[in-house]
Amino acid sequence: MWADVIVTLVKLGVVLAVMLTAVPIMVWVERRGSALIQDRLGPNRVGPFGLLQPVVDAVKLLTKEHLTPEGVNRFLYYLAPGIAMVVALSTFIVIPFGFDPGLELFGHPIHGFLVAPDLNIGVLYIFAVGSLGVYGIILAGWASNNKYALLGGIRSSAQMISYELAMTISVVSVLMTTGSFRLDRVVEHQSHAWLGFIPAWNVVPHILGAITFIIAVFAETNRLPFDLPEAEAELVAGYHTEYSSMKFAAFFMSEYINMVTASTLIVLLYFGGWSIGPVLAHPQGWGGALTSVAVFGLKVAFFLWFFVWVRWTLPRFRFDQLMAIGWKVMVPVAVLNFVLVGVMMALGWPV
Amino acid sequence: MAGPLEPLFDLEEMELSFGPQHPSTHGVLRVMLRLDGEKVMEAKPIIGYLHRGTEKLFEQETFTQCIPHTDRLDYIAAPTNNQGFVLAVEKLLGITVPPRASYIRMILAELGRISSHLLWLATHAIDLGAITPFFYTFREREIILDLFEEYCGARLTLNAMRVGGVPFELPDGWVEKCSAFIDEFPSHIDEYETLLTENRIWKKRTVGIGVISAEEAIDWGLTGPPLRGSGVKWDIRKVFPYDRYDEVEFEVPIGQAGDTYDRYLVRMEEMRQSARIIRQCLDRLPEGPVMAKVPKVLRAPEGMVYASVEAPKGELGYFLVTTAKGTKPYRCHVRPPSFINLQALPEMVKGSLVADLVAVIGTLDIVLGEIDR
Repeated sequence: MWADVIVTLVKLGVVLAVMLTAVPIMVWVERRGSALIQDRLGPNRVGPFGLLQPVVDAVKLLTKEHLTPEGVNRFLYYLAPGIAMVVALSTFIVIPFGFDPGLELFGHPIHGFLVAPDLNIGVLYIFAVGSLGVYGIILAGWASNNKYALLGGIRSSAQMISYELAMTISVVSVLMTTGSFRLDRVVEHQSHAWLGFIPAWNVVPHILGAITFIIAVFAETNRLPFDLPEAEAELVAGYHTEYSSMKFAAFFMSEYINMVTASTLIVLLYFGGWSIGPVLAHPQGWGGALTSVAVFGLKVAFFLWFFVWVRWTLPRFRFDQLMAIGWKVMVPVAVLNFVLVGVMMALGWPV
Repeated sequence: MAGPLEPLFDLEEMELSFGPQHPSTHGVLRVMLRLDGEKVMEAKPIIGYLHRGTEKLFEQETFTQCIPHTDRLDYIAAPTNNQGFVLAVEKLLGITVPPRASYIRMILAELGRISSHLLWLATHAIDLGAITPFFYTFREREIILDLFEEYCGARLTLNAMRVGGVPFELPDGWVEKCSAFIDEFPSHIDEYETLLTENRIWKKRTVGIGVISAEEAIDWGLTGPPLRGSGVKWDIRKVFPYDRYDEVEFEVPIGQAGDTYDRYLVRMEEMRQSARIIRQCLDRLPEGPVMAKVPKVLRAPEGMVYASVEAPKGELGYFLVTTAKGTKPYRCHVRPPSFINLQALPEMVKGSLVADLVAVIGTLDIVLGEIDR
């Protein structure tokens, strides 16, 4: 009993540490990556290749003055960044990082590379908790007593609701073929190969769903081309216009954590998680398990780079266009995907 | 045009003061907005935050001393500002400019046009969320500013023209450097176009936005790309050629729809045509002096004169009134293209969304320096 508690606490600690380390690394990748795309150098003064730049940024943000503008609803104003952070972090406890061949640590089983091993509603939990994240943004926009922030908050609520629908419908087909809400089962379902060499990743039979899902997570994470809640050119800084110092940093970090979560979800649902066809489907021992974690990390890193790449290449949609795409294109395509996969299953195809 | 728009339901409207401190009002423009949700019911530009009394200052200074003040009107494209003013004074005094000086002026003016359009493209793209083109255009703009610096020592406020010519001979090697830049520049325009022209999001944000018909554009007195984007072939360089623009070949690009996308295409093509003009000027650069014989102290006859040039933003005109033997303008009025182009903003954005307002401010390519003067 106590051993389980300690194991879970350690896993929580590790996940928290990984997430809080991933954020500065992502910030660095984003800044150096955008510099690469834009034919310039990017941060290169602090530490080797500017690697310590996010650290000094964090120090700066921590030591900045906490400004509270006049006329704000203090309670909600201070609560909003907290909601954003907590929600972003707590979705992560059902994400499996790698394959567990029954590993033991000091004689106790570690129950897989995820914090909540026996939660059998993994995907549902992510959507349920993840959709709470919009509260952070709406409350920030409303409580700030600023018209730009209010417009940003309204935009985000409409955007999140419309894109969550498309996202969820596109995931349903994956759950249908897997027959489980558990993400490790979803990966296991993909851990074989067609014709002996094509990895049986969900992206092939669920191609429409995968595209819809990837586009929808861009909207969910408020990244360009869907960064309307904070569209700088229009709304100054959108919902976080009135936030400074660590309160701003909380929104900033939650955005990056959401990006990491989104990337892991893309990899788990559509790109075989840690498996490459039958390879790494059932690795043995600590070595094998850690290799699966590394492969998973690499795949996630690719999609994180994809987020950066898109952001620095495309212009931004307009609000009504975003809504039109969400309802008139994404939802029908997601439903079509759902029907197609259903038909394939009825025909007995290997999906 | 119909009267003021009324909200769909009996809902509260929001007044929003857009600017003067706002990332995409391109300076200190303030637009009072009446919003129904995100729909713009009314937009009222409020100007004057950068008023410096330039026209009044002209009355206190001799003709030559006025030239640096013109730099500060449209501070993005100083050469055309200088050119317009010296042309007005030359017209008044009946001075003929040596051909070499004219050609140097044209090279500087067209470099200024390219640099202004590059800055417009950069900021316009950022307004619509595309951040990367900014860095590509500034890479090329840097070369132009370096060329300016080498010629006259300044990068923005050039003060590079005088009544009767230009103050300096071109430095050694300048022609070769400029020539090398002009040779490679069209390929850079292709590069920007790869990022934007056929980009579907870019088209969604610009096609059919801020439409103004040819008749309306003429009625509002629009000039420059906002007029040509609506399909009116009107370019001062062609219709009232000044300096030696009648000796070079170039096309005046026009659009059809009069929307933001067509104005974008017009400006992209104008950069190509400017490069073409510079190429011809460099090839034919005549020998000779760069200054006409003009007296040390310029004394004007009594009279009035209006001279205009095709600035990057549109028709830039100077209207001067002088007294007999006056060494200073008695009165001066500047016709800045941005000021007049901005007047169309409320009509162009009525009924559209806040995001379109940003696009339209960008596509009008205003500079507050010459709006407020």
